Amino acid sequence: MEALDAYEQAGSDASYIAGGQSLVPALALRLQAPDVLIDIAHIPDLRGIELKGNWLRIGALTRHAEVLAHPLIRQHAPLYSDAAPHVAHPAIRNKGTLGGSIAHADPASEFPAMTLALGAELEIANRNGTRRVAADAFFVDLFQTAIEPGELLVAIHVPVVNANHRWAFHELARRRGDYALVGCGILADVIDGAIAQIRIVFFSVGNTPVRAAKAEHALIGRVIDADAIAAAQAAVIHDLDPPEDENVPPAMRRQLARVVLGRLLGDIARQAP
Amino acid sequence: MSDLVDVSLIVNGSEVSHRVPARTTLADFLRQTLELTGTHTGCEMGVCGACLVVLDGQVVHACLSFAVQASGSAVETVEGLTERAVIADLQEAFHQRNALQCGFCTPGMLMTAYSLLSQPGVPSREDIRDALSGNYCRCTGYEAIVDAIETTARNRAAGGDAAAREEIDA
Repeated sequence: MEALDAYEQAGSDASYIAGGQSLVPALALRLQAPDVLIDIAHIPDLRGIELKGNWLRIGALTRHAEVLAHPLIRQHAPLYSDAAPHVAHPAIRNKGTLGGSIAHADPASEFPAMTLALGAELEIANRNGTRRVAADAFFVDLFQTAIEPGELLVAIHVPVVNANHRWAFHELARRRGDYALVGCGILADVIDGAIAQIRIVFFSVGNTPVRAAKAEHALIGRVIDADAIAAAQAAVIHDLDPPEDENVPPAMRRQLARVVLGRLLGDIARQAP
Repeated sequence: MSDLVDVSLIVNGSEVSHRVPARTTLADFLRQTLELTGTHTGCEMGVCGACLVVLDGQVVHACLSFAVQASGSAVETVEGLTERAVIADLQEAFHQRNALQCGFCTPGMLMTAYSLLSQPGVPSREDIRDALSGNYCRCTGYEAIVDAIETTARNRAAGGDAAAREEIDA
């Protein structure tokens, strides 16, 4: 791919630019100052949304506004559709891309967290070919992912939801479009009324999207009733280690996470079997 | 970083070509190169919404694109919408309801309202507030802006664009 060669030629100080809705503010604030910007916004291989067997392939350049409205995403990767109205503002959604958001890996962003909740795999291109990385291994640290310098996120592959799946998304923000104080997406596999598998992912609670493993464990094999929800809420406190923040102290974020989790599990319990 | 690049695009229906530094934002290109100063630069980081323009049919921040990225595209600014008279009723409603004080945010407000009112149906006040979440006004408290957009939406739904404009002209 020409873009990968351009990065190689540029040496160390280059950055890819797609929608630019996070990168250009970072340039304006002088948080980043790469010598070379490589515009990838017109590469056809990075576009398109298609169903391939039990996987939905979403091109990295898919814009947030397309995520919001696309019927294949609504049907097969619905947590992205549910999260999309909460991603920034309409004008940002017209230009920002799903791949850009995931590669940027802002821990307060909705789409990286939903990528983890959906159990997606990330297709990454380098000059030797492409590789796929599971979302569980993709988000490494604050703004750090499994993408190596010069590599390019090409597509997001989402295992499609089936009739046993239940899902819910919720976030608490001071104003619409603001970064969430706490947000969460849940994808549950419900068999005979009980939770067979569940992925609970929080955002705005740490350096990366965070899977709430203890809360998940508290729910496996159970019917979601008041006791199960209380057990998950008790467990989730121990899943999260929010950073010190004078506006939103860790104890407040943990309490908000309990509230969000309770609401979401209630939503899932009410969804028709 | 100071490399010059050729930029050719359609702005308000006219083809323009200029050679500008590669990192010139679309907002600066419109304001400084083309002297179309209706597009305002406020925060220059995609928060305040004063720089909104229509790029290939979609409302976007002119401060968050480089001009060279818009090469080959069609851009419409508040000047273009005004000349085409497609927001005349909206502008009249802003005037009537006093939906601005200093007016700095107004071009962006008009852009967001233009986009919202281009969609089918009559938006609720909640829809309007949601759409305006990316536009800052530090004077009015938004109430009059929401009123003006709501009035325009209802007038358009009741009588169509033409009737609404006749009413203003009369």
